Amino acid sequence: MTTPALLFYFFAAILVFAGLRVITARNPVHSALWLVLAFFTAAAHWLLLQAEFLAIVLVLVYVGAVMVLFLFVIMMLDVNYEHLRRHFRSYLPVGATVGILVLVEMALVLVGSYVKPVVATTGTAAGTDNTRTLGMVLYTDYVYAFEIAAVILLVAIVAAIALTHRKRKETRYQNPGEQVKVRARDRLRVLSMPSEKQEG
Amino acid sequence: MGAGNRAGTPACFWAGRQKGIRSIVSIVTAPTLSHYLVLGAILFAISMAGIFLNRKNVIILLMAIELMLLAVNLNFISFSHYLNDISGQVFVFFILTVAAAESAIGLAILVLLFRNVGSIDVEDLDRLKG
Repeated sequence: MTTPALLFYFFAAILVFAGLRVITARNPVHSALWLVLAFFTAAAHWLLLQAEFLAIVLVLVYVGAVMVLFLFVIMMLDVNYEHLRRHFRSYLPVGATVGILVLVEMALVLVGSYVKPVVATTGTAAGTDNTRTLGMVLYTDYVYAFEIAAVILLVAIVAAIALTHRKRKETRYQNPGEQVKVRARDRLRVLSMPSEKQEG
Repeated sequence: MGAGNRAGTPACFWAGRQKGIRSIVSIVTAPTLSHYLVLGAILFAISMAGIFLNRKNVIILLMAIELMLLAVNLNFISFSHYLNDISGQVFVFFILTVAAAESAIGLAILVLLFRNVGSIDVEDLDRLKG
């Protein structure tokens, strides 16, 4: 057994166990934390596959942003999670059946076609690193897809804010449009009234 | 081996299977493409079973979808590595982008749902049933 093989089996065992705990944990916070572990071990697998840039992106974006968002939402909602799990055992047979069925189908396909060991290649040409290679392709061949991805992210930001933003009735705020539109006679009223004579 | 498996007769089928199983045993030590594909398949099956098990809790459903996408990404990256093609990693890049957007909007919808319905049970979402 060589070192990459040992690392592969080590991380694969952790990944499968963490995946199982994600779907069976009693507390959703625990599920989210097991999912964080799954993402970390998947990043380790990607490092073994020499995809360094995507491995670090997985840790930064998924563990750093998406999973924090998940934890934030779980802790913000006041939900009785035990109540949601009351039919868990009755769903166990059909869930396990579907899982095993999918696994067997995929195993049949994979054993038939892909078991022939493909020669492992270095992935990138000598002298260039993974990030540079990915960037060279991303900003030339896939530049339109890259721009569309940026637009999708913008749409996601706008949609998420528009969905959850709640205007409070008691908040005092300024309306810049009204402020710009104002005219002098709205603010100042000149009255013509006779001046009073001073006595004495 | 591939031709033997595609033949219709059971004898050829099982011969191909036994050959496949023998070759699995022979390469069990070094991680190859099929190792990663099997790992991805196991992860995908786990998350699919998770969708069936936790069909009431929307948060766990979203997490199972994330796990599913992770399995797909693992397949993409292993193909990209073993076939020496960077395009697989580009696809993973875009899948990560879209998945991040999807989970952000999904969680926003979830918060809105809880604010309006007071529950995240899938069975309570029957307003359109009439």
